[in-house]
Amino acid sequence: MDFNNTQAIYLQIADYVCDKIQLKVWKEDEKIPSVRELAVMLEVNPNTVMRSYEYLQNQEIIYTKRGMGYFVQANAAAGILKARRTQFISEDLPQLYKKMQLLNIAVTDLQTGYEQFINQKN
Amino acid sequence: MIAIEKLNFGYRKKELVLENLSLHLKPGHIYGLLGSNGAGKSSLLHNICGLLFPSSGSCKVAGDNPANRNPQFLQQVYLLPEEIYLPNVSIKSYLDVYAPFYPTFDNELFFRFLGEFDIPKENKLQHMSYGQKKKVMISFALATQAKVLLMDEPTNGLDIPSKKQFRKIIAGVLKEDQLIIISTHQVKDLDSLIDYVLILDDKKIILHEPVENITDKLAFKQVMSLDEVSTTIYSEGALKGYAVITPNIKKEQSRLDMEMFFNAVLSEKQQMLSQFNKQ
Repeated sequence: MDFNNTQAIYLQIADYVCDKIQLKVWKEDEKIPSVRELAVMLEVNPNTVMRSYEYLQNQEIIYTKRGMGYFVQANAAAGILKARRTQFISEDLPQLYKKMQLLNIAVTDLQTGYEQFINQKN
Repeated sequence: MIAIEKLNFGYRKKELVLENLSLHLKPGHIYGLLGSNGAGKSSLLHNICGLLFPSSGSCKVAGDNPANRNPQFLQQVYLLPEEIYLPNVSIKSYLDVYAPFYPTFDNELFFRFLGEFDIPKENKLQHMSYGQKKKVMISFALATQAKVLLMDEPTNGLDIPSKKQFRKIIAGVLKEDQLIIISTHQVKDLDSLIDYVLILDDKKIILHEPVENITDKLAFKQVMSLDEVSTTIYSEGALKGYAVITPNIKKEQSRLDMEMFFNAVLSEKQQMLSQFNKQ
């Protein structure tokens, strides 16, 4: 995995886990890779993965069964979707608005472009 | 696991390399030892494993004084030096001679690492390239499962795929009761592995912080112009604008740029270190 240079690695790892859950690669109530397995996979210090897993536990995205490892929380995918939508609206959109204003692009200009994009995909 | 108090060391009586150095390290972590050329990184590692003796002060490693060179102590400590010398024998004979010194040596593990590094196990050591020898010695070092593992510039001479392999192997072997110190200039190769940063400068350890503390106190970011941030401690020109270090007032969760951090500590020493000393 290529980490970006801006965000703390433990958060990037948490994001990676959330991607897997949202894409249903790792399913609800199923076991996810152990701290060590993920550390080897991502070439990072296992203590960093531990920190990501603790963070995800606090966010109620994963849970631990003593001696058995970490599992995906029921409804985790829905929770992640909700959190990511909130983040998109509060962080990504303001950036976009700023650029739109700068480049003088109207909201209606977006609509046709977005519709085309959706149609292309289907 | 390592407790160094007021250690003085010099190759000549009047010229100290390490002066009044104190350092306490605990197992379960990978410490990155950073310092300029000639700062004394290797001297410190050699003091820890009993190859050099302090002129005064105390050095305790795994409950023992390294300078006594007790066999029980030496069995638990392994130093992978930067320059390696290998006799002209096969890998197997090297193993037969040297592995018995380490009771916890794991043959299976050794050959697994060799396999991961793509080294044919029938090879004679002298017929190998520098990088290949280094890989054999890295595999040997890790297979000893020593409690204290000291590695001096381990990625020197490794090609790009092997550096990746090295990171994977280290991420997989670190045990809770084991302590790894990696001294390096090539911070970029290893910064995702290191969880504690040690900076050796001016004959002592001037900084000893976990990575999360550093990014808690400081923010690392890219800006288009220096006007965007109010209190820049350190900046470097980057492709687009500047890479800057500022006090982390807004509690941002940025990624530590270890190389820039090291440069910043050396060039803005007072200001950088004061970030860690104030409460």
